[in-house]
Amino acid sequence: MDIKAYIALSLSLFIIGIIGVLIRRNAIIIFMCIELMLNAVNLLLVAFSKMHALSPVAKASLDYASDAQIFVFFIMVVAAAEVTVGLAIIVMMYRNVHTVDVNFLNRLKN
Amino acid sequence: MNNIFKLIWLIPVLPLIGFLINGLGRKSLSKKTSGILASAVILGSFILSLLTFIQVNQGVTSNVHLFNFIHLNSLKVAFDFKIDQLSVLFLMIITGVGFLIHVYSTAYMHEEEGKDFAKYFAYLNLFVFSMLLLVMGGNYLIMFIGWEGVGLCSYLLIGYWFRNTAYTNAAKKAFVMNRIGDLGFLLALFWLISKIGTVQYDEVFDVANLAKLSNIDITGITLLLFVGATGKSAQIPLFTWLPDAMAGPTPVSALIHAATMVTAGIYMIARSNALFSLAHETQTVITIVGLATALFAASIAIKQNDIKKILAYSTVSQLGFMFLALGTGNYVAAVFHVLTHAFFKALMFLGSGSVIHAMGGEQDIRKMGGLHKHMKITSITFFIGCLAIAGIPGFSGFFSKDEILASAFSHSVVLYSIALFTALLTAFYMFRLYIITFTGTFRGTNDQKHHLHESPKAMTIPLLILALLSIIGGYIGVPEALGGHHYLSAYLSPVVESVEHHLTNSTEYLLMGLSTILVLVAILYAWVKYKNYQIEPEAKGLGKVLQNKWYVDELYQKIIVNPLNAVANFFNNIIETKLIDGAVNGVGKGINYGSRQLRWLQSGQVGAYVLLMVIGILILFFIQLIL
Amino acid sequence: MGNYFTFPDLLIWLPILAGGFCFFSKKDKEAKRTAIVFSIIILGVSVATLFFTDSVKHLNLNYVNYIWLKYLGATYYIGIDSTGRMLTLLTAIGFPIVLIATSNTTFKKPANFYGLLMLTQAGLMGVFLAMDALTFYFFWELALIPVYFLSSQWGGEKRIQATFKFFVYTFAGSLLMLIGIIYVYMHTGARSFEDGTIANHSFALNSFYNAQLSAVEQNWLFILFFIAFAIKMPIFPFHTWQPDAYDQSPTAVTMILSGIMVKMGLFGVIRWLIPMFPAASIHYRNVIMLLSIIGIVYASCIAMMQDNIKRLIAYSSIAHIGLMCAAIFAMNQISIQGVMLQMFNHGINIIGMWVVVEIIERQTGIKKISQLSGLATTAPTLTIFFIIIALANIALPLTNAFTGEFLMFSGIYNYNTWFAAIAGIGIILSAVYTLNMIQKVFYGSVNAATAEVKDISWNEKIVLLLIVGIIFFIGVYPQPLIDLTSGEINDLLLRIK
Repeated sequence: MDIKAYIALSLSLFIIGIIGVLIRRNAIIIFMCIELMLNAVNLLLVAFSKMHALSPVAKASLDYASDAQIFVFFIMVVAAAEVTVGLAIIVMMYRNVHTVDVNFLNRLKN
Repeated sequence: MNNIFKLIWLIPVLPLIGFLINGLGRKSLSKKTSGILASAVILGSFILSLLTFIQVNQGVTSNVHLFNFIHLNSLKVAFDFKIDQLSVLFLMIITGVGFLIHVYSTAYMHEEEGKDFAKYFAYLNLFVFSMLLLVMGGNYLIMFIGWEGVGLCSYLLIGYWFRNTAYTNAAKKAFVMNRIGDLGFLLALFWLISKIGTVQYDEVFDVANLAKLSNIDITGITLLLFVGATGKSAQIPLFTWLPDAMAGPTPVSALIHAATMVTAGIYMIARSNALFSLAHETQTVITIVGLATALFAASIAIKQNDIKKILAYSTVSQLGFMFLALGTGNYVAAVFHVLTHAFFKALMFLGSGSVIHAMGGEQDIRKMGGLHKHMKITSITFFIGCLAIAGIPGFSGFFSKDEILASAFSHSVVLYSIALFTALLTAFYMFRLYIITFTGTFRGTNDQKHHLHESPKAMTIPLLILALLSIIGGYIGVPEALGGHHYLSAYLSPVVESVEHHLTNSTEYLLMGLSTILVLVAILYAWVKYKNYQIEPEAKGLGKVLQNKWYVDELYQKIIVNPLNAVANFFNNIIETKLIDGAVNGVGKGINYGSRQLRWLQSGQVGAYVLLMVIGILILFFIQLIL
Repeated sequence: MGNYFTFPDLLIWLPILAGGFCFFSKKDKEAKRTAIVFSIIILGVSVATLFFTDSVKHLNLNYVNYIWLKYLGATYYIGIDSTGRMLTLLTAIGFPIVLIATSNTTFKKPANFYGLLMLTQAGLMGVFLAMDALTFYFFWELALIPVYFLSSQWGGEKRIQATFKFFVYTFAGSLLMLIGIIYVYMHTGARSFEDGTIANHSFALNSFYNAQLSAVEQNWLFILFFIAFAIKMPIFPFHTWQPDAYDQSPTAVTMILSGIMVKMGLFGVIRWLIPMFPAASIHYRNVIMLLSIIGIVYASCIAMMQDNIKRLIAYSSIAHIGLMCAAIFAMNQISIQGVMLQMFNHGINIIGMWVVVEIIERQTGIKKISQLSGLATTAPTLTIFFIIIALANIALPLTNAFTGEFLMFSGIYNYNTWFAAIAGIGIILSAVYTLNMIQKVFYGSVNAATAEVKDISWNEKIVLLLIVGIIFFIGVYPQPLIDLTSGEINDLLLRIK
């Protein structure tokens, strides 16, 4: 498949993520949107990696063919770590203020 | 060599020791001890001065080096003493008259508390120490040390009764006015240092060094030195402190404000005669200022009623005479007048002290009268003083004043006639004072009348000695016209060039005769006018102006003090608080304001932050694209 | 190797040690006692430095160099030379005087108070000893920070505002200087160490002196450094922090600030500014002298108008410092020698003034001149001491300040007649405000506020006797102090040429 399709897909996922982060106030949804953005990048990385593996340079030395996909695993690990911390924060927030509305957290203002 | 020169440092150090003992032990010393101690140290200095004089009279002079005061590559100032004819003459006046006044003070100040009594003598000793430094110093810096030192002591002694604000005001005025003069002195020193790099007398007056100075330099330096002299010697425009200085105890007025400190200016110019003789413009200025002061102060003295104020203005006037002599280049006459003036003015001040003592502190001559009956010694000695200052032939003032008049005559007749007129005024107001105070009937209260008495011996003996000196003091300078040899002129000739004033003997006789006759007329007029003195009504016209001292104090208040205060106020209230502090605080306020505006960015809304972040990233992204 | 007990080390570490002891002292009295004992020991060390001045024989005693940030070319290089010797001596004399004179005052939390005070001393010593720009900057800030806490914790009513102003002012100056230091550093030559490490640039004093800078760069850097020093001194128009800070700080701190800390600015100019940028110094000298001289007359005028005795002394100090600054930039041997003398003497005199003010304020609680009267009757000994010190402050001959002022004026005159003449007005005005103050506070009749005042106690007497002793000794025989510093002045003047 054409690489452009992958780019378009991941770009639209990413923008959906951004818009979600910007317009939603529910912390959980914001969190999911962030994950969406991460995964959009992951998708892009995999797509490029695949494209790269097909190029003549990479064919000459198969060793490098799938290196980029390692990053995806890294990102997934980081994302997992983030989920644990992030969800914990959201839970704590809910416990303290009984809401997951981020705009409720404006104490820094004053 | 001469052993006396090895001990020369003792002359100032003895009074210093007296000062330290009296000052530190003021709580424990008895009055008697502190009085005797203070007088004894001055007597010691006097004896040493006398011994030194004997050496110097034989022509042996010396420059005694003590230690290096400031020693840089480019400036060397030594702490040394110059012992020559001029300084020894002043040493003798200071310690001699000083001793008599110390003795007098032991009785005059007797009613003071023990520790104040000791404090008084400590100050007096400190004054003598400073004055001795002033005249003994071997360079201008040491002279300046003494110069400021005597100013300080004058301040302390004028403000001796420190609980009285008027007195401390007078003290402050004296110090500040002196400081104005001192600034002139200092600037002259800086000028000297910048041109020839030294302040040592011997080096400054060295012909080679004098040659390095341009005409402007010499005029400038001498004018600045003269500014210093006007401060210390109370000449126009800095004379108003001296009459106010009468707030101090009377012996202080006698010692500091008549006999010694105020003559420091004359000493300084006489010492620098090598410089001043080269500066003709300065000499003209000195002549005019001296003569103007003499006339001005004499005119004020006519209308004063405070016994000490009259004497104070008389002092200012006589100092003017001395400056007239200096201006006409007759340094010997000036020094001569310093000497005779020290005798008769100290005599009159001490006499007035005796009167004030008898009157229980009253200083207004309108409330006196007929005192001759009650205090004969005081009256007679005071009368001798009046004769001397009026210039009656045979008394000391005659010789010195005559020499000044002759010197003025040889310059111009105008100078002479003004000076002669001033001399007549002098005779008039002095006899006015004498007649109102000592003759006629007593006008004071009954209490005062019962209290009237002759002063104790410690006061009358100094009076008698000074009276004797006022009579014979003039004979060391009998002019050749009268068959004398003018011993003083010959004695001072190594230091001060004597001036020949080309007057024939007959002219001199004429001048002397004229002045004597006119003075006698003036005295007679005073006698006629005041022999039946009644308290006068309020003066009008010129009399009122004179009584108010030509309104000089008010004038100074208007043109100097008030504007200065206004400027200071302006600095304090406008520039400091509004402008500078305003700018500083303005920066702070500006930052505060700016941050208050920027605060809206920090809304606390997480969404807003994220939006900003995204916008930021986009901007960076576009920047990346464009570059 | 004498490296274990070099003088610079002792002078810096002893105060730090003392500060540590003070912080951890349990009893209130203990902190005070520790501080006093240590400060006297430090004074002893400082006096000892006067006897080991030989540049060859005692080199190892007087200079010490520790490697600090090797790859940056920075070393912890401290050494004691003639100016440093004089100013460390002043610091060492100043602290025991301050501590003993204020020992009748009780401070809350004395452990912290004395601890911070001793740290300040360490900072001051370091500034006067530093031979390396980074070390210098480090100590420059070290001296500032404890003073901030001292003033803001133990000060008067408006202390927060006053110390904030003080801190921001001086800190802004310091940061400008830091920029300057970094810029000069970037233009210094390489530096090699004994172990073969080579740093590209160097913070050493000599490298700074020899940095390659164009005339334009010099001029800009000069301004950066000068503002830092000018604020510290302070000279007109950078002075407005000073009256507030002096007024609001506890008097012990004010003494340190005015007696010693302002000398940091003057010292900085002499040690760093002029030798680093000789051409720029000459370029700006007229402007700076003019500012200083305006400052003299200006501050004297304002001092005449003050009713608060502390602010009066503050403005008087500004006038004196202005004279010193002008004299430095007259840049001739006479004037700089005068500054050297005066730095020491001004410190002694003004600490003496504060000691007296402290005694008055502690007993009456008043610092308004108009409310005081007649102290000469109730406290004659105090009066005598104050008059001597005040007269020394206005440079009466045979007191210590006279020689210094005479030389400074003379040097300024050599450079420019009118500058000296205008600055001379300050001499007259100083007499006016000083005598006014003496008259109002000490003379006159006793009033309700002063009736209960007791004369000074023995510890105050000792301190004041010491001060008066120094005043007269240096006043009569200033030559030792002149000899101490004359060598360095010649070096400085050589650099300008």
